Amino acid sequence: MQAEAALGRVGLWFLVMVLSVVMAATAADQGMAAHATIIGIIAFVMVWVTAGRFDPLGKAQGFFKMPEGLSRYDDDPIRWGVLATMFWALVGLLAGVFIASQLAFPQLNIEPYFNFGRVRPLHTSAVIFAFGGNILIASSFYVVQRTCRAQLAFPALARFVFWGYQLFIVLAASGYLFGVTQSREYAEPEWYVDLWLTIVWVAYLIVFVGTLARRKEPHIYVANWFYLSFIITIAMLHIVNNLAVPVAWNGSLSFSAFAGVQDALTQWWYGHNAVAFFLTVPFLAMMYYFVPKQAERPVYSYRLSIIHFWSLIFLYIWAGPHHLHYTALPDWAQTLGMVFSVILWMPSWGGMINGLMTLNGAWDKVRTDPIIRMMVMAMAFYGMATFEGPMLSIKAVNSLSHYTDWTVGHVHSGALGWNGLISFAAVYFLVPRLWKRERMYSLRMINWHFWLATLGIVFYAASMWVAGITQGLMWREYGPDGYLVNSFAETVAALHELYIIRALGGVMYLSGAIIMGYNVWMTIGGKLREEKPMGAMPAYDPDKDRPIAGSASPEPAE
Amino acid sequence: MGLATQHKKLEKNINLLAIFSFIAVSIGGIVEIAPLFWIDNTIEEVEGMRPYTPLEQAGRNIYVREGCYSCHSQMIRPFRDEVERYGHYSLAAESMYDHPFQWGSKRTGPDLARVGGRYSDEWHVQHLEDPQSVVPESIMPKYSFLGDTPLNTDNAAAMLVALRRVGVPYSDRDVGEAMADMILQADPDSGGDVEDFQQRYPKAQVRDFDGDPSKLTEMDALVAYLQMLGTLVDVDSAAAQERLAEEKGR
Repeated sequence: MQAEAALGRVGLWFLVMVLSVVMAATAADQGMAAHATIIGIIAFVMVWVTAGRFDPLGKAQGFFKMPEGLSRYDDDPIRWGVLATMFWALVGLLAGVFIASQLAFPQLNIEPYFNFGRVRPLHTSAVIFAFGGNILIASSFYVVQRTCRAQLAFPALARFVFWGYQLFIVLAASGYLFGVTQSREYAEPEWYVDLWLTIVWVAYLIVFVGTLARRKEPHIYVANWFYLSFIITIAMLHIVNNLAVPVAWNGSLSFSAFAGVQDALTQWWYGHNAVAFFLTVPFLAMMYYFVPKQAERPVYSYRLSIIHFWSLIFLYIWAGPHHLHYTALPDWAQTLGMVFSVILWMPSWGGMINGLMTLNGAWDKVRTDPIIRMMVMAMAFYGMATFEGPMLSIKAVNSLSHYTDWTVGHVHSGALGWNGLISFAAVYFLVPRLWKRERMYSLRMINWHFWLATLGIVFYAASMWVAGITQGLMWREYGPDGYLVNSFAETVAALHELYIIRALGGVMYLSGAIIMGYNVWMTIGGKLREEKPMGAMPAYDPDKDRPIAGSASPEPAE
Repeated sequence: MGLATQHKKLEKNINLLAIFSFIAVSIGGIVEIAPLFWIDNTIEEVEGMRPYTPLEQAGRNIYVREGCYSCHSQMIRPFRDEVERYGHYSLAAESMYDHPFQWGSKRTGPDLARVGGRYSDEWHVQHLEDPQSVVPESIMPKYSFLGDTPLNTDNAAAMLVALRRVGVPYSDRDVGEAMADMILQADPDSGGDVEDFQQRYPKAQVRDFDGDPSKLTEMDALVAYLQMLGTLVDVDSAAAQERLAEEKGR
């Protein structure tokens, strides 16, 4: 039986390989040929591996020292997810530093494959979908098992979700470099990559809902509401926004089903809600699980979490048109987008307050526990970004900020501050538990990471504020003669130093992540760094334990 | 408390929870997007809009492929400074054949909605080959490979068919002539019927764009696209249309 099954698998992979070769040979364009070749190589390796009864996954699991077999929960896909998160974080941040440097030093563009226009979507997709997506899938599998006290449903499908998602990332990222893109922001992958993601995503929904259905707890925990609405809504957004007609079945080029105004609003309905339902809702799910766990305190308010959840998901969908202020989009849609964006401030801060107040009675841990410190900073950045967002969506403010680096700064204070830090905190929480270690290799390194990341964000956001406002004001500056003062080229030249500062901020943030990579590596290796505990209090000195007012040598009275 | 007890029903039932959250996230999109497809003043009709010629569309595909939207918008807002810098503010109708739209969200470089006819072909070619040679402050990457890359004309007809499927009104003749049109527009001496071509595509510019008449390159296509941007609609007559619309009280 087993031999037959193995033979079947070999046959299947062989078929995939042959099809890929045919596809590569008949492809209408270079991008499609490259993608067919990538899949062919994967299939070839799989044929070889399956036929040789060689167990690379087992070897790799040994290499990464993964504990063997099922424990109470199925943690194997989560361990892979954490490793993938770490890897893609480094790739995405490195790509970010690279394109930030290109803006300061255009000589760094290497045409055609490494021009800014091709690497920029690689950076955004790598951080949002690869780094963000992996920690979301991994953490959702972790959280749903613990909060339901049930093992993952459909373990094989769960593994397919993980590996299928990695294939999606590889195809999307390599595609951009080959010029395979729809040039719709954050929805760049072409039609066939989109189809593949749809399959993977449905599998993800099945595994997640299946696990919920197996729960031994009567209630579905609040974090899972957020994960569930994330999976459902992303499916809806992804399918509608990527409706397109391909030019040929063997070519990568396709044309969007909608045009002009309708296409613009569909895209920003998607684009803004990629921020909402990819970068906010499921990260709040992480907040609702990991913050109470790490702080060892219950969630501050159950009722607030109900109000927060429903108002947040209902209101967020409406905010898309604020990306299209003063464009050819009808005015009523713009105004509706602005009003809902401003209202959205409330549920956003409701969520932040619910997270931060969870630390009631455990605030001392901000001093002693660098993971809590990171979580608190993440929630603080969430609060700042969700205040700045509604402000930028006000039409009068937007008339200055739109098209400038202010938007870029805003996005990054959210992405680096909120998404980045809460993900790093989750990884620091997960690694010792998944690999059954006492703690992370070094807590002081986490502290280093925290400060490098925080300072990096400050450099980044501050330089982009100044750049954005500078640029916005220079564009609209009139001289006493009634003519525009600045040529466009002058507004570009004015930003050079600020772009260098921004790149420096990125380097700091990346160095923090490299330290993290080392720390995770050593933890997996089972090592513990000997170091002074964090925030240790000086030893008790009874002599100093007296009221300050009645000190031993009082100042003489006047 | 009523809310909490009511909510317990949702918390215990996956289907209810999933359905309610799907309803919650559907409403906003339906209210905002659906009307755009049937409210008739979403796109005011203007004189002069026509589908892209095959060569322009091929140039547009290159614009899309290279991710130019990362740094260039194609949407002029109705502000005095923008109108003076870039020209009349953009009209909805001007992107009615844009699949996908390329309005952009960031101006690391200037807006391109009306860049057509502002510079010579020679300027565009030199600028694309080495941007800093004409604008020293520029931080744009070099695109000199476009001039060395032959344009793929094989898929011209398939391209128009796909566009027709998503609503662009190409005639059967346009589709049949697609490849010949593509070659003709960059090489008027190739023997095709220029007059017929320009009748089907009014205001189409017919000439060698990249300065090398011996071959049809991606540079030809991209420059042809850039040179037609914003040139189709007579914006003054569009303004007249707007006045008309105001009188009708739409």
